[in-house]
Amino acid sequence: MARPEMQQDTEMPDSGKTIVMDVLRYRPEQDDRPVLQSYEVPFSDDMSVLQGLQYIKDYLDGSLSFRWSCRMAICGSCGMMINGRPQLACKTFLRDIYPEHVRVEALAHFPIERDLVIVMDDFIEKLESIKPYIIEKQPRPLAEGEYLQTPAERDLYEQFSSCINCMLCYAACPQYGLNPKFLGPGIIALLHRYNLDSRDAGAEQRKPLVNSEDGVYNCTAVGFCSEVCPKLVDPANAVNVNKMEAAKDYFLRLVRPRGGGK
Amino acid sequence: MNTPAGNGRRPYMRSMQGWWRRNTFYVEYMIHEATALFVAAYAVVLLVGLVRLSQGQAAWNAWLAALRSPGSVVFHVLVLAAISYHAWTWFQIMPRTLPPVMLKGKRLSAAAITRSGLAAAAIVTLMVFFLVRGLWA
Repeated sequence: MARPEMQQDTEMPDSGKTIVMDVLRYRPEQDDRPVLQSYEVPFSDDMSVLQGLQYIKDYLDGSLSFRWSCRMAICGSCGMMINGRPQLACKTFLRDIYPEHVRVEALAHFPIERDLVIVMDDFIEKLESIKPYIIEKQPRPLAEGEYLQTPAERDLYEQFSSCINCMLCYAACPQYGLNPKFLGPGIIALLHRYNLDSRDAGAEQRKPLVNSEDGVYNCTAVGFCSEVCPKLVDPANAVNVNKMEAAKDYFLRLVRPRGGGK
Repeated sequence: MNTPAGNGRRPYMRSMQGWWRRNTFYVEYMIHEATALFVAAYAVVLLVGLVRLSQGQAAWNAWLAALRSPGSVVFHVLVLAAISYHAWTWFQIMPRTLPPVMLKGKRLSAAAITRSGLAAAAIVTLMVFFLVRGLWA
């Protein structure tokens, strides 16, 4: 039986230390624009920023909204700006910020729905647009069994498959902030992951997105996306490798024979 | 945004004004991009030299004399500093732009790529420096 008397996600820490959390609030029904609200939060050394927010919600202000789920850096739900840098709240610890204030804001470059919750429709639509699944070369009957792949073939894309869709890279990318139509780092990394997969034959279908006006050439190689990625995906690498591919494609089509007389 | 009227939703879009001052990473990026202008400026200096060369010996010697003026020396020191910074930061980002470089079945580390880029730039710079000095002597 787990603590039947407790409704809360957190327990009262008894270390005696407190830290000030300045949280950007936005309640569309009452605020014209986001405003900072400060909370004094008791904390212990094992508490993450997420636990700090949970403490606020449980004991200080139940109206605070934020997304979270796994508490262990794999669901990608609790991305937010922590002291100006996009980070997972569950993977950032209060002890590392103390005695400074913790400033928590919704992920940059996305519209704020409420408090720390952003509108992620744009990201989801882009995610769908790249066909993030294996597109087979030809239909393959079940009887043929599973696809086989060597470890070397797997190594090619493994890094890019670690993406957890946390959108920290979008909050790190000023180009996305300036032009929200830009396909963006995380999605291009995922697109690259499928293109690199030996079982996949969908690169041609994804090409128009990569090569488009809002594709890879929107990137100016700021590189902050890869700095903030909690899963070491290195989306900047996926984007820039595809720039080379897009350029090759552009110039090669000038010399390549067309369609074999079809 | 799909926000049907009357559902209470009012997504707030924050301004991008002054975005590049928001953290040191962006500031360094802007300095890196700005130093590219010095690279372009020096290309112009060399082009002017080429034009003066085509105009004959007197024009060429006048250009050489202009290069030795104190103002020009200060300008060259400035350009050297800016281009060095540009090269340094450019090679820091280089590993992010390359497909995996395999060496004896192992992937070359980002640090190794940056180091070899910097070493190549230093070697070429020294070679050009001594070549030009040799031609002068």
